[in-house]
Amino acid sequence: MTLLRRVFRLSPKYCLTLLLATASFAAAQPNELSDWSTLEHQARGQTVYFNAWGGEPRVNSYINWAAEQLKQRYDINLQHVKVADTAEAVAKIVAQRQAGNDTNGSVDLLWINGENFAALKQNDLLFGPWAEQQPNFALVNADRYPEMREDFTVATDGFESPWTRSQLIFYYDSQWLDEPPRTVQEILLWAINNPGQFTYPRPPAFLGTTFLKQALLELSNYDAALYAPVSDSAFERVTESLWEYLDALHPNLLRSGRYFPASAADLRRLMGDGETSLALAFNPNEALLSVRSGELPASVRSYVLQGGTIGNVSFLAIPYNAQHKAAAMLTSNFLLSVEAQAKASDPDSMGSTTVIAVEDLTLNDRSRFSDSVNDPAALSAKELGHKLQEPHPSWTSSLERAWILRYSAR
Amino acid sequence: MSKSILQLRDVIISLQGKRLVDINQRVAAGEILTVMGPSGSGKSTLLAYIAGFISPAFQASGAVLIDGADITTRPAELRQIGLLLQDPLLFPHLSIGGNLRFALPKESSNKSELIQQGLDEIGLSGFEERDPGTLSGGQQSRVALLRLLLSAPRAVLLDEPFAKLDTELRQVIRNLVFDKLRSSGLPTILVTHDQADAEAAGGVIHTLA
Amino acid sequence: MLRWASYIFIMLLAAPILLGTLLASLPAFGYFPPLDSYRFSLDAWRQLIEVPGITQSVLISLLCGVLTPLIALTLVFLYLASASGSRLDNWIRRLISPLLSFPHAAAAFGLAFLIAPSGLLSRALSPGLSGWERPPDLLIVNDTWGLSLMLGLVVKEVPFLLLMSLAALPQLQPVPRIAVARSLGYRPTIAWLKVIAPSLYPLVRLPVFAVIVFASATVDVALILGPTLPPTLSVRVLAWFNDPNMGLRFLAAAGALAQLATSLLAVTIWLALERICRLLWRLYLAAGDRNTGERVAYILGRTAMPAVLLIISGSLLALLMNAFAGPWRYPSILPSTWTLQHWANSYQDLLTPLFNTLTVSICSTLIALMLVIATLESEGQPAKRNLTPVWILYLPLLIPQVVFLFGIIVLTEFGRWQASMSLVVFGHLLFVIPYVFLSLSAAYRQLDPRWSQVAATLGASQSKTFWRVRVPLLLAPCLTAVAIGMAISISLYLPTQLLGAGRITTITSEAVALTSGASRNLISVWAIVQLGLPMLGFVAALSIPRLVWRNRIGMQEIR
Repeated sequence: MTLLRRVFRLSPKYCLTLLLATASFAAAQPNELSDWSTLEHQARGQTVYFNAWGGEPRVNSYINWAAEQLKQRYDINLQHVKVADTAEAVAKIVAQRQAGNDTNGSVDLLWINGENFAALKQNDLLFGPWAEQQPNFALVNADRYPEMREDFTVATDGFESPWTRSQLIFYYDSQWLDEPPRTVQEILLWAINNPGQFTYPRPPAFLGTTFLKQALLELSNYDAALYAPVSDSAFERVTESLWEYLDALHPNLLRSGRYFPASAADLRRLMGDGETSLALAFNPNEALLSVRSGELPASVRSYVLQGGTIGNVSFLAIPYNAQHKAAAMLTSNFLLSVEAQAKASDPDSMGSTTVIAVEDLTLNDRSRFSDSVNDPAALSAKELGHKLQEPHPSWTSSLERAWILRYSAR
Repeated sequence: MSKSILQLRDVIISLQGKRLVDINQRVAAGEILTVMGPSGSGKSTLLAYIAGFISPAFQASGAVLIDGADITTRPAELRQIGLLLQDPLLFPHLSIGGNLRFALPKESSNKSELIQQGLDEIGLSGFEERDPGTLSGGQQSRVALLRLLLSAPRAVLLDEPFAKLDTELRQVIRNLVFDKLRSSGLPTILVTHDQADAEAAGGVIHTLA
Repeated sequence: MLRWASYIFIMLLAAPILLGTLLASLPAFGYFPPLDSYRFSLDAWRQLIEVPGITQSVLISLLCGVLTPLIALTLVFLYLASASGSRLDNWIRRLISPLLSFPHAAAAFGLAFLIAPSGLLSRALSPGLSGWERPPDLLIVNDTWGLSLMLGLVVKEVPFLLLMSLAALPQLQPVPRIAVARSLGYRPTIAWLKVIAPSLYPLVRLPVFAVIVFASATVDVALILGPTLPPTLSVRVLAWFNDPNMGLRFLAAAGALAQLATSLLAVTIWLALERICRLLWRLYLAAGDRNTGERVAYILGRTAMPAVLLIISGSLLALLMNAFAGPWRYPSILPSTWTLQHWANSYQDLLTPLFNTLTVSICSTLIALMLVIATLESEGQPAKRNLTPVWILYLPLLIPQVVFLFGIIVLTEFGRWQASMSLVVFGHLLFVIPYVFLSLSAAYRQLDPRWSQVAATLGASQSKTFWRVRVPLLLAPCLTAVAIGMAISISLYLPTQLLGAGRITTITSEAVALTSGASRNLISVWAIVQLGLPMLGFVAALSIPRLVWRNRIGMQEIR
């Protein structure tokens, strides 16, 4: 058993003490940040290797759009290095550190949050702080929205810049299902009566892990231990009800739980084919976008669970050994601009939720973020309801590990 | 026209200890030496030795001389020994003109004229652009002969060059080849099965066991 | 220079593979300098044994490694026994090169879209024949025991083994042999199995071993069609290798060695099967039966190949339909609309990988062609006629890619080399060289030596003879070799993925990466581009010589 723990150890458990240590690392801040125009000059002609999850075509084409803009404006070549899991990029940085490559890193910019950020920050593998020096950082109004400075309970300390908001939502096909289950418990009851019509992505796919966390929050009655670093005893105590729940749920999933899809896109495909009636996504606009593109039938509706669903912010970070830091910062600042954020939230583009505090914008700018989509598949900000905070990142890897142990080989 | 002399001095070829060829001959300009023998007797191996392609499976010794100069160690392309085989072996990817041009020494001037003239002499005027595949067997043999002559050899080896022609054509081509070689003053070695070939050649006959 | 060509050639193939295998195994026993680990230890092996489901992973890899070649070879032999010289045979022989150029990943995608519960096949039956209004809840693709994985591999390996058999057959002079057997009263199919099969098998043994190793260690096909709970061993090894925790490198290395052992075990089981078959054959031959089982063998052989063709064309159809399909609800057999939208959406993403794919495949194929020709030329020098040993050529196909590519990665980490185009080209070269050599050497060695001799007696220098006689005469086989080399390079997944480290992406690596994230439509677009490229190559290889030699009758006979 101890050996197994060693095998599946992804990131060390306690990072708080080390977090204090990284605060002192913050002193090593580069001077170039003081002058943004110098930065623009330095960035000219640089190539930014942007390691970002490549599993969502809509995001990929948005990054393509950003690359064109950056080329035009700053002569920056944005190269999207598509990773299947952000952990891959983290592995590259760790490997380079171990190989003594401290200046010519192959990753310039990273799409990141949660346990990956915690691991990099804790091991001093990030450049910064730089995020709050960006001219566009003010747009997120971090004083009103503290989640812009906090990533899965871990303080960002300026080592990453907000990029996009996500929230867990559920969607169902009203052709097969009149009234969807509104709680995690109800999902189980419904699944027992309607076997084979629901499934979730296999952890460590982040949507699958998020489903585990959502279920854990509800089943443990929002146990406060989830917001502190995980311990063996807390894990055993808090997750007991989760395993009971999953043991009961799995035989009633699609393919009797002998197969789990790989991603949100797989879930979409399954509903599009009529295999499932209920699915989940981490983008509130998922159903709307997929109905528009024809991937999902027009009968699909979205909703959130009673008591709220998990929401988080994902960020951009720069590794300590990035070769093109200036261009990376400029890229991040551009992605945070009103124009880039408005484009990202456009349902015909990426369709994400913006991190900008839209209410602070001028009327003209505000109109670029249209919340007024009148589509039965869409969810308004009000309908999204209460947002649950992400548990402490150490829970993520523990949950994934335990799930793999229990369910990956039966 | 060159007036060379081809000389084989104590040429001995054996295979796995068994002696196949033992020859000591001198072929004067315009003369044809005929080598006869059953198949497997080493006739073609002898030609390969003279031309410079002998397989390392054979043990061979002795010298090949042209005008007294020993050429035994020279690579094939520097020996200036022409070869005519059973098949005309016109390069299938080149036109008739291309085949002839291939053979002309680099330094020869007025190549087109030489080719035209040569084709006239063998009765194939205007064939320059033709595809060798469209020629009859007899026509191909004539082009092969012309190609050999244009390469300006100092001696010629004939390896059963008429064996695949039918009887009537064989006589015509044989006469043409022998006439041309004699008038060019080339020392020639002919390897054949056919007694009629040997008689027409009219020279010394060397028989292998 | 030429004298050294074959030594350079052997070194270039053997050294990285043997060294790579060695280096990959060091971390399995605790030696891994990047993590300051120098002490001998068996911890990695203890970890490996405790990985949940590891036995099942190994078992599935092993099953794949034995059953895939067994089924594929049986089908090929039964086909040859029952259809040699028939009209079906003529037709299939013409289709075989394009079939072979179908990349594994594209074929796997197509197959998945064909046989999935919501796939083309199920739609064709529904709702009329099956009564299904919604797709049946059946675990077909990604099934626990890898059956669809094996089906995908069989469909791909049958054309490969058939081509290898057809290349070896002429030297056995099957026609007169069969005639003799028939005159002794044997039915043709039985005659083939009794007289030709035993002498053909030794000639295709190495390709069969390559199939065993590939099937037991494939990564891309297993990612698309293979089981997920747990996946095959090779897929898990790749995941450990890519894990953010560098500490898993020890486990990955042990896993890689376990993969090597699994592939070797599959080969060993095969060798045992060989012995049993040899014994049975001897009894079968001695029994003197002249027609027992003829009907079964005949029907199986005659239907197997069309069935494989049908599956492949069905897969292709599924890809084509999905690439142009608008909304397409189950159980409609046709999409509600057709659209070019998926192509418009992918066009920009395709450009860089397309450029990389062409660069890598052209560079690796041209380098391979030069090396192979230099080696063959040096063989051709009569003074020293030692032929390059064939097993060297098969080396990259006989050791699982996952194993020695890891070693090469470890080497690059020691040397701190960054992922680069040249590293990827080098990786591709290891796989392109064998195929270019195998496809070119027969034609090269068969070229009548008298062409060169005649050229020499006409006073042509060595280089003139090479450039103006041998190269033009061998133009067609050279182009075919180029087309095959490029097709191999285009279809490679693991070398690109590992040596390119995600920075150098090709159509294939991107297409496989889409498996988990993209819609069927998008995957289909990529798969069609992936299989279209080698197709174009073969069309060019066939049509260029026809165009160049359209006025040369003799060039249509000499190939």
